[in-house]
This record gives sequence, C-alpha cells and structure tokens, in this order.
Amino acid sequence: MKTVRAMVLVSSDPQSLLNGAEQVYQQLQSEIAAFGLEDEVSLKMVGDIGRHDAVPMVIIYPEAVIYGPVKPEDVHHLVEEHLYKGRVAAELQAPVRELSGRIAWLSARKGTLPAEKRVVLRRAGIIDPTSIEEYIIHDGYSALGTVLGEMQPSQVIDVVKKSGLRGRGGAGFPTGTKWGFVAGTKSEKKYVVCNADESEPGTFKDRLILEGDPHSILEAMAIAGYSVGADEGFIYVRGEYTLAQERLHHAITQAEEMGFLGENIFGTGFNFKIHIHSGAGAYICGEETALIESIEGKPGLPRSRPPFPTTHGLWGKPTLVNNVETLANVPPIIQYGPEWYGTLGTPSSPGTKVYTIMGHVNKTGVIEVPMGITLREVIAIYAGGMKPGSSFKLAQTGGSSGSVIPASLQDTPMDFDAYSRAGVSLGSGALLICDEDTCVVDLGRVLINFFRNESCGKCSPCRIGTQRSYEIMESIANGNAKLEDLQTLINLADSMNEVSNCGLGQTAGTPIRDILKYFRAEVEAHIRLHVCPTGVCEIKIPV
Amino acid sequence: MPTVKSLEDLKRIREEALQKRQVKAASGEANIVVAMGTCGIAAGAREAMKAILNLIETENIPGIIVTQTGCIGLCEREPIVQVQVGEQPKVTYGKVTPEIARRIVKEHVVEGKIIEDHVIPM
Ligand SMILES: Cc1cc2nc3c(=O)[nH]c(=O)nc-3n(C[C@H](O)[C@H](O)[C@H](O)COP(=O)(O)O)c2cc1C
Repeated sequence: MKTVRAMVLVSSDPQSLLNGAEQVYQQLQSEIAAFGLEDEVSLKMVGDIGRHDAVPMVIIYPEAVIYGPVKPEDVHHLVEEHLYKGRVAAELQAPVRELSGRIAWLSARKGTLPAEKRVVLRRAGIIDPTSIEEYIIHDGYSALGTVLGEMQPSQVIDVVKKSGLRGRGGAGFPTGTKWGFVAGTKSEKKYVVCNADESEPGTFKDRLILEGDPHSILEAMAIAGYSVGADEGFIYVRGEYTLAQERLHHAITQAEEMGFLGENIFGTGFNFKIHIHSGAGAYICGEETALIESIEGKPGLPRSRPPFPTTHGLWGKPTLVNNVETLANVPPIIQYGPEWYGTLGTPSSPGTKVYTIMGHVNKTGVIEVPMGITLREVIAIYAGGMKPGSSFKLAQTGGSSGSVIPASLQDTPMDFDAYSRAGVSLGSGALLICDEDTCVVDLGRVLINFFRNESCGKCSPCRIGTQRSYEIMESIANGNAKLEDLQTLINLADSMNEVSNCGLGQTAGTPIRDILKYFRAEVEAHIRLHVCPTGVCEIKIPV
Repeated sequence: MPTVKSLEDLKRIREEALQKRQVKAASGEANIVVAMGTCGIAAGAREAMKAILNLIETENIPGIIVTQTGCIGLCEREPIVQVQVGEQPKVTYGKVTPEIARRIVKEHVVEGKIIEDHVIPM
C-alpha cells in the first residue's frame, strides 16, 4: 500500500464548484508537481465536507488544517508554505468555527494519517497457513502459554473486558461481558462456539482469517475455553468455505500433535478439543441459536430467548458464541495488553475493523483499519477512489444488521456508537459502494428478496413481512405501486422489527426504511412519474 | 514436531525455527510464496504455482523454496506472488499469469532482475 506524507482534500459540493474548486484542484496539481511532491502528497476532490461558509475549502492532513475560501492564485503560496516548508499558512485558514457535526472528525483525526493497521490480519498473506512452525515464529501460541501458565481465568476475562473489545459478528456486544456470563454460569460442561458461518452477502473477512491464519482461531478458542471453563469447542464453518475447512482440519491435527489442543495443554492439566461443523448454505444458521440447533443436528431454526446461549446453549449447556474476527483479536490483546489495544480505534470501540470493499471503486478487497475511520477515507485512501467518471451515492454495510449509508454520513466515524447515534449500523463489515447509476428501488428489492428467501419461516412477522415487502418493492420497480404503499412498507419494517423472533426479521426492513428516509424522492419518481431516474428499472407506462 | 509442555519449550522451538530460517536466508536461498486463498485460486494461483514448479523441475534450478500463503486483502490483484531472494527485500507481484510466473523464476530469481511492470508497490 502506498503511504503518503500528507493528504490534500478539496471540497467539491455545488457551491465549491461554482466558486472555482476545479481550478483550485488543477492549480494544486501543478504546484505539487512543480515542487516535486507528487510522490509524497496525495490530492483528492472529496464532495461535500459539510461546511459551506468558506468554500472551496482545502484540508490538509495529517495536521487537519482547513483553508478556505481558497482561490487559484493562493495555491502557490499554500503549497510552498504548508507542503514544502511545513508551516501553516495562517492567513489562508478558514474562519475558526466550533467544530460540530460532520467535520468534527477532522479534529479527532489531527496528527494521525489514517493508516492501515493490521492486528487480526497481521499474519494473513504473510505466513504459510499450513505450517504451524511459521505460526510459532510469528508469536503463535505464546498468548495461550501465557494465559495457562500465568493467569487465572477471571484475570483473562478482566483483560478482555478492559480492552473494550466488542463482537465483530454484527451486534457489537461487549466480548468480556459475554465471557463473564458464561464463566459465571455453574455447569459441569460448557462449550465455546466459533461462528464462522459468514453468510452475510458480500462479507468475506472471516474467510481470509480462516484461510490465512487458521491457528489464530484455535489459539483464541482455547484461551476462551480456559477462561469460561469449557473443554470443548466447535467451529461452525460456512459450507462453501471448503478451503477454510481443509486448512482448519490440518491446523487442528498439527496443534494436537504439538500439544496445543487435546489433553494437559502446556502441562497445566487444561484440556480442550475442537471440532469442525460444516454449514449447509442457510443464512439463518449464522444466527447463534439457529447455529446451535444446526450443530445439534436439527433444522436451523432460531430459538426463543431468553434463555440465552450463555446459560442454555449447545445441548442445553452454557455456551460462548463468538465471531471469527472477535476471537482473532484475543491473542494480540493478551500479548500486548488492553492498554495497547485502547490506543487503536475510538474510546467506545477500541481496536480495528476488517472491511470487505466491493462495488464501484477502483480497488476492491479486504482492509483492516482502526475503528473510527470514516467512509470517505475508506473510499479515498484504501479503495483508490470511485471508478473514473462515477461519484458516490450510497454504501450498504452488509447483511441483515447493515444499513444504507448516504453521502451525508460519509464523514461519520465508523464505530459502533457514532454509527448508532446516526441511526445506522456497521453490519458485518461488508462495504458495498454504489455510484449514482445505482437505483435505490432496485437495490432495496434485491436486498429484501434475499431476506425473503432466507427467512426460515418459523415466525409469521418475518415470513409474511419479508414476502409482502418484496411484493411492494417489485411493484414500485414496475411502476405499479401507489404512494400509500410506502407507508405500508414502513409499517411492515416496524412490525417486523418489533415482533420477529430473531435478528433476521428484526432488521430485514432496515435497508428499505433507510432508502425511504434518504432517497424518498427517487422512490416516489417511480410511482408518481413512472420514471426510474437512473434508468435501471424498466417501467412500462400504463395506457 | 515435539510436544510443547511449557512456555520455555515454545520459546525454544520458536528460536530453532527462526534460526533455521535465517540460515536459509543467509545461504542466498530464494523464497517464492504464492497466495492461495480462495480469491487467489479462483484467479489462477494454482496455474501460476504449477508453472513455477514445472519450470524449476524441467530446468533443474536449485535453491528455490516454493510455499503458499493466504490472501493478503488485495483480492483484485490476485494471483499474487511474493519473491524474496536471500536477505533482499521482498517483492510482490500481482496478476501473475503462468507466463509471468515463469518470467519471475527466470528473470528475478535466476538473473536477479525485478520485473518492474508487474510489481505491486507495498
Ligand atoms: C440472520 C443472522 C445472521 C447472522 N450471521 C452471522 C454470521 O454469519 N457470522 C457471525 O459471526 N454472526 C452472525 N450473526 C450474529 C450472531 O447471532 C451472534 O450475534 C454472533 O456470532 C456473536 O458473536 P460476537 O459477539 O463475537 O459478534 C447473525 C445474526 C443474525 C440474526
């Protein structure tokens, strides 16, 4: 990944463009070249930055200095002072204003150039996943050794609590607290389950960890087992992940041979064995209680809760269910300490987040960045910007727990709390970036169609609600809907949310609700004017 | 592999493995690492791997170790092949077709010339 010393952003909302943002951009380009700084400085047009009093604005990282309004003739001085000589060109700075709302993140980011920070992916793509020796060279199994040799189970749980780690499976539940629940439940037998079902559309971060660094999950599960008092674990792996399953089987055999799994681990009397259970392609089996049913050999239908798996899980025993990425965070937390972990990310969401990036951007793939980075940064820096000639319209954060993120939320820090305050959610870590040629009705229809097909049918709000919502989305796409139908969609989303039995139904209406909130005019155009503004839906005008 | 009974055992095994690796690097041995995650394989990593192994065998080129690794996240640039000759810095190649894979062995590993056009700056 190319790293730059400074990043220059130019606002390009309509007002900025009117006031000459293009010329400023071009001038910046030639001045940066004139000073020979092309390789050290990146330059980007960034759309609306949420402040219009002094546009066009130029923002320079890592100092996060805001200049504005900038005229083309100011640019030479600006580049020479700030980028070449390294001091702030005070006379060009934008009037100081209380930082609020969308640009508050600028000050939070002061002094740190957003960098990809690999914690859970630190070995993926580096080591040979079939070699336990390479895992050991890269500090493997030393966290387990430390835990077993030097810590009480309750101390381990305290460390995880203190780290502030929150579940990466979608809901963001505090991991240490969950471990505490299982540890606090008295039982002869307990289980640890690793949720590797990863069936959220477009998400493949867990696969990358399982395929690239399988031992890290085994190590984390053994640590979790010791902490909560379990001696047996299951990894529930998505059926399509054959390579991941192969690598896990291989890793388990190696770990057993060397005594990291099995009996009397590290000579401490602690026993732990791990089984692999292959899923069979149902999305619902990623939901933890359906997953547990599935391991038990029953159809994958979610249970009613309470009781929760922490007290009544697999075969009725207390069970800890954690996502792959969540678990992969545990060994480094043990190794480097909760204080170190807290230096990454934001206070409410410490650590990093792995995202899979797809859609109309130049570079797709998987990244790991500190929590609290913004969508704009993800797109501009890690995704290499939008594809030529296209501009950002929305992002979909993936799966049942995800949201539709409009341009106005591009500068909201991506962490659990800031997103939930903004009324959206991070979801599973998939980022589907869509440009302005994407039709929101079409998108909504595709998403609800997924939920309709994957609804297990156990509870009627979800079974009927997803079907009915799909039919309405279909009729909007065909130009046959009425305006009242939009209220029906909202009512359906609300009732599914309130009375469905599990997260699938509870969140199935979220994308549609988001679309109606942020893109209502576009939806209404389909109904009132029989026009799909992006030309995606084929509407036959009724005669 | 021996059984590990304590943290000291683990440390010793780690040291030994590290030493083995350093000896290899010092001897100028070349490492070719092919990324074999699902994305890499789908993009043709197996074919690249085969091309490398075949060439090494048919031309009987000594001192090359070929191994695999997982996906590093640059799925769009797969198949990815990393090359490290002795203690020189690691070079990462993207979109490696069997043809480029053979060139990597011949030009980079044997002749010491990096194939600039296909390097991914890391
Ligand atoms: C419909 C549905 C699908 C889910 N799929 C997954 C999944 O594929 N992987 C996952 O880790 N969690 C999934 N979850 C969340 C799990 O129920 C559970 O919250 C999670 O595994 C807990 O782990 P964590 O605390 O480490 O995040 C899903 C939830 C629902 C409602």
